[in-house]
Amino acid sequence: KEEKQRLRKEKKQQKKNKEKNDEKTSHEGEKKKNKKKKEEQPAVPAPAPPPPAAAAVPVPASEAPAPADKPAKSKADLKAERRARQEAERASKGKKGDVGQPAPTGKLKAPPSELQPVVKRLPEHVQVDNPEVVKKLAKKLERQQIPLRSDYGYKVSLFSHLHQYSRKAPLTQQLGIPSTVIHPAIVRLGLQYSQGIVAGSNARSVALLHAFQQVIRDYTTPPNEELSRDLVNKLKPYISFLNQCRPLSASMGNAIKYIKKEISNIPSQCKEEEAKIKLLNCIERYINEKIVLAAKAIAKYSIEKISDGDVILFPPNCSFNAFEKKRKFRVIVVDSRPRLEGREALRRLVQKGISCTYVLISAVSYILPEVSKVFLGAHALLANGYVMSRVGTSQIALVAKAFNVPVLVCCETYKFCERVQTDSFVSNELDDPDDLIVTRKGKTQLEHWQKVPSLGLLNLVYDVTPPDFVDLVITDLGMIPCTSVPVVLRVKNVDQ
Amino acid sequence: MRRRHNHPDVVPNHFHRQHTHTQTPSCPVSPLISSRFYTTTMPAPDKEIDLTERIEAFLSDLKRGGSGTGPLRGSAEMARETTALLRRIAAQARWSNAGDLMEIIRTEGRRMTAAQPSETTVGNMIRRVLKIIREEYARSRGSSEETDQQESLHKLLTSGGLSEENFRQHFAALKANVIEAINELLTELEGTTDNIKMQALEHIHSNEVIMTIGRSRTVEAFLKDAARKRKFHVIVAECAPFCQGHKMATSLSEAGIETTVITDAAIFAVMSRVNKVIIGTQTVLANGGLRAVNGTHTLALAAKHHSTPLIVCAPMFKLSPQFPNEEDTFHKFVSPHEVLPFTEGEILSKVNVHCPVFDYVPPELITLFISNIGGHAPSYIYRLMSELYHPEDHEL
Repeated sequence: KEEKQRLRKEKKQQKKNKEKNDEKTSHEGEKKKNKKKKEEQPAVPAPAPPPPAAAAVPVPASEAPAPADKPAKSKADLKAERRARQEAERASKGKKGDVGQPAPTGKLKAPPSELQPVVKRLPEHVQVDNPEVVKKLAKKLERQQIPLRSDYGYKVSLFSHLHQYSRKAPLTQQLGIPSTVIHPAIVRLGLQYSQGIVAGSNARSVALLHAFQQVIRDYTTPPNEELSRDLVNKLKPYISFLNQCRPLSASMGNAIKYIKKEISNIPSQCKEEEAKIKLLNCIERYINEKIVLAAKAIAKYSIEKISDGDVILFPPNCSFNAFEKKRKFRVIVVDSRPRLEGREALRRLVQKGISCTYVLISAVSYILPEVSKVFLGAHALLANGYVMSRVGTSQIALVAKAFNVPVLVCCETYKFCERVQTDSFVSNELDDPDDLIVTRKGKTQLEHWQKVPSLGLLNLVYDVTPPDFVDLVITDLGMIPCTSVPVVLRVKNVDQ
Repeated sequence: MRRRHNHPDVVPNHFHRQHTHTQTPSCPVSPLISSRFYTTTMPAPDKEIDLTERIEAFLSDLKRGGSGTGPLRGSAEMARETTALLRRIAAQARWSNAGDLMEIIRTEGRRMTAAQPSETTVGNMIRRVLKIIREEYARSRGSSEETDQQESLHKLLTSGGLSEENFRQHFAALKANVIEAINELLTELEGTTDNIKMQALEHIHSNEVIMTIGRSRTVEAFLKDAARKRKFHVIVAECAPFCQGHKMATSLSEAGIETTVITDAAIFAVMSRVNKVIIGTQTVLANGGLRAVNGTHTLALAAKHHSTPLIVCAPMFKLSPQFPNEEDTFHKFVSPHEVLPFTEGEILSKVNVHCPVFDYVPPELITLFISNIGGHAPSYIYRLMSELYHPEDHEL
């Protein structure tokens, strides 16, 4: 009965949203649909709402669509609204009564409102220590017929709120063959993510977009369904699956947001073939503009900053290597265990004929006196100016600051995200702890770490660098200081 | 360790063989060997050859042991062995006055430090023994130590020839006194770890998060002693490429301490949750800085950034009168194979790979030194040094 109610509500909402034919509202509508589902679910098993941050909090909507949405609610919506409002008021300060519910799992965030207070629900993957959230996720995945990945190994208590998976137990082992829910391209992609075959922010985004292109090519609209709505629904289980394989990155989140927006913008009278071609072109253009051309623009700006005779230091996640041979410089590549991604970068640089030096990150304070500039890559740029990047980046920036060496960060604008974070604990990714085990001279010290109760291995993936360590950020829009990131975000949102 | 029986027939051959074997162009001939030709009685050459053997064995051990894969023996053992060897030299070598003994020890000392320059404990012990000899000599002469030590400007101007002449007087009891003093030094060495351990509870409280790097036996004992009474959490940075931190972590967790192993790259990331950083070091330099395992400078900078106190557990025999101003001789490198293995193929020839073993940590980043005689600030180190070593011995 609950399900029927929900479906009825959904249909009503969709009809109203379609009448508006406003980008923003349909976007919101999709979000509201998602949140409606989530809202109903907790209402069934637990009458009391889940405590932390769970108070249904209004999604900040920009001014224009928000008042327009208000009258278009059914009675059930209003009831839910009232409930949500009560919870919201109970939890924190009063807000405007928008029923919009917080984002689903993954990093989809609504555009920030300048005037309304913004309180978002936390994504699931940083609430692993909250059993109710875990239960909710399990239910959702069950509905979508995606297996739930279980944590592995002893987790350090500081990080008990994060997942820790083992690479040896990929999610695909629990899937049947053939899997009816998940497209094979997505299954392959998920496996590549979880095994680390596709790694790096740009590579993962591009692979994701290509996989979605494949999905769209193979998609056929079932009868009595709209392409714009149905395709988005089809994508949701895929996104959950990919999230289970490896938590989505900020760039992937932005890409997914873009795709969903494009899909929901397809007018209903558009024919299927046309729609598909349009979507494929959209994705192609996104990849081209935001990733490929952006990298070239960044390279162009960076070349201006490199002078002859420079010695440049960079850790391997700096993804651009479009070095032209206009300048003579030397490169020092800094690498760190356990991933040792620097060796690949080293190979590429040596092939281009650049003279290189290779050290481990513990030798950075030895090598820094001879370095003139430090280039860093970024995984994401947060709205408070912090740079989220591969673990070790903040360390290099710290030591560079101590030796007065300028630090430049290269980052495409599609990696900017509205999250804020001040330390590396609250939101991070824990990699397989077995990676830390090393065998030297036939002896493996940590071989039986699982058996020792008080021993834990911590394999962090990301860390955040404070903006006072960073001197300049080079983006495809130009060279900006770290603190201008929210300005760029705002400009982007206004454009959209 | 080559041990030959003192068989009279074998002695000449054996001696010659050993002579050609270990004689390197850089090593000066030991005065003991040259003095052999002046002996007339049989037992003396045996003792001397025995002594020579031991010294040569010690030197070859030093040369072999410094491959950088972590000391084969800890610094404490090294200090004890050096002191024991010096005691044997004092007991068995032929010397008639303090000046001779000091000359012998100095020459042997130069060979030892040349064998393994990065093992500064050896040099430190030699300087301690030289200071002991000076003190005993001064005591035997009857003059108080204070007046001799103070080199006032007046004394420098008025006394032309310095104490060099003074050491030629012969005292019968000097040998016994020197050996007794060296015995005291040995006892002190044996008790250093215990003395440091006893201070653990003063510095660690409950529910703390302590960070350390690499493996230090002193810090291990320190933390284990505190763990008997307090519960706290330790984060160990593994310190690539040798990953000594792994051994430290297993040993600590076996003692029941909650331990976490992190990579070197995560030091700054987790530093915000750390309450104290406790590290060991290879050497304490004369300006209060450290020569510690690589990665320590980064750790110290991160601690400074978060205003976390940095505590160094270092026994007094690690205090060295060197200053860190010689760039070329300060660092020690080992095979780059540890960093970029030979399996990487053709890029090896086109790439420079560095694998430094030590890091310099300036004294501004250090909060406290804990040694067997208590806790000190880094600015006090110069004073301790003047108590342990005589300024003329700073250059062996």
